[in-house]
Amino acid sequence: MKRAGFSDRWLPVLFLLPQLTIIVIFFYWPAAHAVRSSFFLQDPFGFGETFVGIKNYTMLLDSASYLRAAWFTVIFVTLVTFLSLAIALLLAVKADKVIRGAKTYRTLLMWVYAVAPPVAGVIGLVLFDQSWGPIKDFVAQFGWDFRLGVNYFDTAFTLVVMSVWKQLPVNFIFFLSGLQSIPRSVREAALIDNRSAAGRFWDVTFPLLAPTGFFLLIINITYALFDTFGIFDTTFKGEPGNNPMTLVYKVYLDGFRGNDLGGSSAQSVILMVLVLALTIFQFRMVERRIHYT
Amino acid sequence: MAQVKLNAVRKTYPNGFEAVKPASFDIADGEFVVLVGPSGCGKSTMLRMIAGLEDISAGELSIGDSVVNHVDPADRDIAMVFQNYALYPHMTVRKNIGYGLKNRKIPSAEIDAKVAEAANMLNLNDYLDRKASQLSGGQRQRVAMGRAIVRDPALFLFDEPLSNLDAKLRNQMRIEIKALQRRLGVTAVYVTHDQVEAMTMADRIIVMNGGVIEQIGTPSEVYHSPASTFVASFMGAPPMNLFDGHANGSEVHVGSTPLHRHAHQGKVTVGIRPEDIVPDVTGPLAIHVNIIEELGAHRLLHGHTAEQPVTIHVAKDYPAAIGPMTASIKPDAVSLFDTATGRRL
Ligand SMILES: Nc1ncnc2c1ncn2[C@@H]1O[C@H](COP(=O)(O)OP(=O)(O)OP(=O)(O)O)[C@@H](O)[C@H]1O
Ligand SMILES: [Mg+2]
Repeated sequence: MKRAGFSDRWLPVLFLLPQLTIIVIFFYWPAAHAVRSSFFLQDPFGFGETFVGIKNYTMLLDSASYLRAAWFTVIFVTLVTFLSLAIALLLAVKADKVIRGAKTYRTLLMWVYAVAPPVAGVIGLVLFDQSWGPIKDFVAQFGWDFRLGVNYFDTAFTLVVMSVWKQLPVNFIFFLSGLQSIPRSVREAALIDNRSAAGRFWDVTFPLLAPTGFFLLIINITYALFDTFGIFDTTFKGEPGNNPMTLVYKVYLDGFRGNDLGGSSAQSVILMVLVLALTIFQFRMVERRIHYT
Repeated sequence: MAQVKLNAVRKTYPNGFEAVKPASFDIADGEFVVLVGPSGCGKSTMLRMIAGLEDISAGELSIGDSVVNHVDPADRDIAMVFQNYALYPHMTVRKNIGYGLKNRKIPSAEIDAKVAEAANMLNLNDYLDRKASQLSGGQRQRVAMGRAIVRDPALFLFDEPLSNLDAKLRNQMRIEIKALQRRLGVTAVYVTHDQVEAMTMADRIIVMNGGVIEQIGTPSEVYHSPASTFVASFMGAPPMNLFDGHANGSEVHVGSTPLHRHAHQGKVTVGIRPEDIVPDVTGPLAIHVNIIEELGAHRLLHGHTAEQPVTIHVAKDYPAAIGPMTASIKPDAVSLFDTATGRRL
């Protein structure tokens, strides 16, 4: 790597300034503010605040609805991450084998990527809609009385399906390019060494995809935690009721709908710690990871 | 160990390009055959069809006693060494070498013994627990060899296994591979575009050009009696001298110099190896030397006869000088080719 030298020590600072300004204004400052307000009880009408120490936190841990959301978040993130990775990997492996019409096939699979999240939410709603969604009619044939927004499980099911569907193309593209960066001759060597296609996949292809897979794992966890907000919001149409929700959605709900800014801030701080832990874990793993060249 | 038979084997790629025109030849049990030819002539395609990595478009391939056109690569009892070695980068050297055995349900004690034996043979003992991605080119090459020999296959396939090594290592490995193949007695097909490798390693050479087999023969046959002007100019460094000549039914002339007796009549191409032209003060061939190339063990003189370029190989003590000289041609050292078809007469 070549190191470019700056003769003036303030010049690099000047170049970094726009980025730093944005980070400070839109990230550090609100974050600091959230940490601070998590220790206060805010007057709902903005007439002052009272210091309450860690009471906001202890209340959260005693709150049944918070624990329920936390538990749902764990299950939701696990399911969405696992399913979107597994299905995308399967599709990528299949697409990689296609020789004739490969381009068309891959383009079709990537199209979903171009669909914006709220649009995805709307499409999902149309499909799963209570009164005229085709999916409801379809599962009714198997005796499943599907009630989106009413039945906890049905709603959770819809949210998972829509979140997975939205994330598939990203994972697919990464997995496919990961597969295609495995040298052809390495696969051919495996073809000579092992007659079982499944064996070759688990012994050779999968380990060589591991760096891609790990990167995607982190991306997908973050996605399932935070970026699914739009899907929840569209699905609930502003009336979450007793429906399943993730911690991120609950921050929004308690803070802006429930006007509990202190409690909501405490929730945000917990999420921040979670993200921090995830980031540290990722850096640790990336450092330790072997780079295949 | 096995013999290999190709019967009109042909390869047309999906884009319609015919990379290998129908080719037929047999490889005897234990024979070392080298496929040689310029880049893009279809050597790798031929080898990959034998390996089963490429479908055979037409014709029949058998290894041992069975036709293997539709047999999976893993079931053909072959081992292949790739140009870039194709090691599994995430596995240790030990696992790389043993992987093919593990999948053939061989007991792990036996695998360990075989891997140890191969590692000994190839001086890989110190690296067995290293990841393949942490080895030098030469070490990777050895691991690739180890992976092939532990399998104890019926057939070795090599696709330019030495082309990524430096010259010294290449010479050393060339001899080692040949010795190893002799010792194990395994039939081998070896692809290279290096004619020195072809000459030194082969029991028989197959020269290819543009998807066509130009000649099959021992190194000496290919060198001394090339089947075409292509083979004459491809094999040997420097290549065979090719002169435009004319045959009158009894004698062949280059310019006005009669060189050779032959019953052919018409235009011919006369091929003479540089070492078959000897300086001779009474010789019939008048040459003007332009450049003297000093190679230590011998010298090459580049010049021209009346109208055509010529290269002569002379001993290191020959008092070479720029300017005119005369030479004669060793008897029986002349190859004649039909100028129109390029085929040997
Ligand atoms: N998948 C393919 N589709 C179409 N044409 C191909 C394909 N693979 C190879 N070819 C063509 O077939 C010809 C022979 O290729 P091949 O790889 O066998 O050459 P080669 O003799 O091994 O050359 P080199 O010495 O450069 O490795 C080349 O002209 C090449 O362009
Ligand atoms: Mg090749």
